[in-house]
Amino acid sequence: MTQPLLRLQGLTKAYPGVIANDGVSFEIGAGEVHALLGENGAGKSTLVKMIYGLVKPDSGTMELRGQPFAPPEPRAARADGIAMVFQHFSLFDALNVAENIALGMENPPPLRDLASRIREVSETYGLPLDPFRTVGDLSAGERQRVEIIRCLLQDPKLLIMDEPTSVLTPQEVDILFQTLRKLKAEGTSILYISHKLEEIRALCDAATILRLGKNVGTCVPAETSARDMAELMVGTALKSPERAGRALGDVVLDVSGLSVPSPSAFGTSLKNLHLAVRKGEVLGIGGVAGNGQDELLAVLSGEILTEADAVKLEGQPIGRMNPTARRRLGLLTAPEERLGHAAAPDMSLTENALLTGSVREGLERRGFLKWGPTRTFAERIIQAFDVRTPGPENAARSLSGGNLQKFVIGREVLQDPGVLVVNQPTWGVDASAAAAIRQAILDLAAKGAAVICISQDLDELMEISDTFAALNEGRLSAPRPAAGLTVDEIGLMMGGAHGMEVAHV
Amino acid sequence: MIRLEKRPQPSQAWSLATPLVAVLATMVFGGLLFAVLGKPPVEAIRTIFWEPLFGEFSFYYRPQLLVKGAPLVLIAIGLSLGFRAGIWNIGAEGQYIMGAIVGAGVGLAFYPLEAWYIFPLMVIGGALGGWIWAMIPAVLKVKFGTNEILVSLMLVYVAEQLLASVSLGLLKNPEGFGFPGSRNLQQYASAHNADLIEGSGMHWGVVAALIAVIFAYVLLNRHMLGFHIRLTGEAPRAARFAGVNPARLILFCLGTSGALAGMAGLFEVSGPSGQVSIDFGVGYGFTAIIVAFLGRLHPVGILLAGGLMALTYIGGEIAQSQLGLPAAAIQVFQGMLLFFLLALDLLTNYRIRLAKSEVAS
Repeated sequence: MTQPLLRLQGLTKAYPGVIANDGVSFEIGAGEVHALLGENGAGKSTLVKMIYGLVKPDSGTMELRGQPFAPPEPRAARADGIAMVFQHFSLFDALNVAENIALGMENPPPLRDLASRIREVSETYGLPLDPFRTVGDLSAGERQRVEIIRCLLQDPKLLIMDEPTSVLTPQEVDILFQTLRKLKAEGTSILYISHKLEEIRALCDAATILRLGKNVGTCVPAETSARDMAELMVGTALKSPERAGRALGDVVLDVSGLSVPSPSAFGTSLKNLHLAVRKGEVLGIGGVAGNGQDELLAVLSGEILTEADAVKLEGQPIGRMNPTARRRLGLLTAPEERLGHAAAPDMSLTENALLTGSVREGLERRGFLKWGPTRTFAERIIQAFDVRTPGPENAARSLSGGNLQKFVIGREVLQDPGVLVVNQPTWGVDASAAAAIRQAILDLAAKGAAVICISQDLDELMEISDTFAALNEGRLSAPRPAAGLTVDEIGLMMGGAHGMEVAHV
Repeated sequence: MIRLEKRPQPSQAWSLATPLVAVLATMVFGGLLFAVLGKPPVEAIRTIFWEPLFGEFSFYYRPQLLVKGAPLVLIAIGLSLGFRAGIWNIGAEGQYIMGAIVGAGVGLAFYPLEAWYIFPLMVIGGALGGWIWAMIPAVLKVKFGTNEILVSLMLVYVAEQLLASVSLGLLKNPEGFGFPGSRNLQQYASAHNADLIEGSGMHWGVVAALIAVIFAYVLLNRHMLGFHIRLTGEAPRAARFAGVNPARLILFCLGTSGALAGMAGLFEVSGPSGQVSIDFGVGYGFTAIIVAFLGRLHPVGILLAGGLMALTYIGGEIAQSQLGLPAAAIQVFQGMLLFFLLALDLLTNYRIRLAKSEVAS
């Protein structure tokens, strides 16, 4: 067998209180697309940060083309042909594409030369991009292209991609995969981090699966079922949510002709939005992040007020009601951002239970707080949703993201809402907890509540929704029954490839 | 390398210990400062902290502590409500002056009538004066989004000009032989905020300060409004999500702190000071900001901090007269106290680690 490009041996990295990587070893061959699979917190990010020189391993060795490899900083890793596309882009909205790329270079050539090289690379790899467009105007998919081209200009031997498809529509994913296959054909190795199993089965030659920092197995994705890989990731058999067949009732929440200018400069305005949810219905709203999801939630929660008639709850106009009044009527919401929006980081879980629970749980009388029942309510959430914490007196920020998410969702579900609106309910939550949250949403619907689930995880939406609609640049597509929708149709509802096309060469 | 590591949650122990450690550190470094100035350090520290409470002339100084401490606590309690919510009223000095002018004006309007209701009316007038002065930045902020720090601060200087104007004009004592300043309210029984027990320093302002402490404690710990105040300060977005109306909160916090500062001004003008005069404002409104933070924006903490601050003031004056310490040295000493408190505050949320660099970049 030929020499592997990169060989990792016994890499270990411990942080206070947690071992992020524990003796991880694997190899990446030249021209191989290697998947790194694992749940959030399994140690994927720490591992690639070690390869990229951002973090030093406590022990273990790396070999690049047979030579010992220990990059002291990312610059050294880049010099050795390793490039990385991060999950979160580091681009300046106000600068154009070429300027952004020049900023990340050691010795940037004059802008005009750089622009022509950008054109050249982008056309070669089927990623058309105008070097002089302002980044602030680009879609998420196009921004990712900027990051990828920035890497390709270095002519990398190993390209690391951290969850690249989480911001893309299905069509955009196709374009990306074509590019990656082309790179692979040219002999570039790719380390592909994801927890989307079908993608990995379609793209990758080999997969290494991490669980709790340990390498728990390798497999050839094309020959392994998604379910088997998932169970390797989680370590237990997965339980799919059960949904009881149920009849849909009357329309509870009715939004019609809603237009709201964005409250902030880089937000999205909502344009002429219509939607209606019935009792017992789960409406899934898909779409790439930043297409109006936050604004839609704020309009429904009462953080953004609208014309009274634009939002109706059981026929009653509530567009001008504040969040407390809406909660009293049974409309509860759970925003995406846990720390600082859904929960106050430095306050205890008891205080955070009070944050939305005061009205419906009767936790105040004439303005005076009842701490006893509030604490009991917090304990009930912790118990019912298996929130891992020593007790309700702990600060919200001391909880892991997934645990806090369970607390936030549990807080709303336990208040027995008539309508529940959740945004990204399982973002950053491990697979078993995500399944529990989805089950709780379905159970709520089975009891007759109407649920709106805004999410970027299409698998999740297909699993729990009765009807599906997509947000695209502040507009909502006409809702359609979720059963029988194909990935292509969903992609088109989400705005197709956002005007992006494969370059034909 | 020294590294700061964020604690998973704020340390309860440090939160209580930092004020004590800060006082100790101030004593040590203040002592060094005095030593460098050629004064006996231990003697100086003892004079500042011991003399006013238990020294030979403490019978004179103890009432002074109450007189100095009460307005500081009363104002700081009001300020702390806003500070908790991220609403920065820096203009308590102006509200204090306006409270004194309006309150004293109400009393003088009745002169020379003697009636029981005059003093209560003056208290209401004082609160109203401070409240109105604080509502100016509040309404401007709510309506036009102006910065309350700037507006409230600038209104201090407007209030000082008004004070000078009424001292020389509107409220000038007609029998004052042309000297600036109003009639002395100490000589007008119905308007005099006298000691409740002769010579104790215990006037109505002290009572009001204690009531304010209890009121603020109950509000912050037992009432929805107090919860919303804390929530707004810690996570403004979460507060909106919880249903807090930011405009109403701004009006409440600024209004309350203005009313309390105005009352403090009234108690001062009708009691210890006695008359509206050009030099009536002595900076209680600004010192109260320090007291509020020294007390960690906690009502009981503010009560203790107000006492401590009054102690360093009076002790400092004694040290000046007995040991010949320069006034500037005393001010540096007080500055050290605030500095150490704020610096050590870090330990509540962070721990210091001595560790080698782990991250390469």
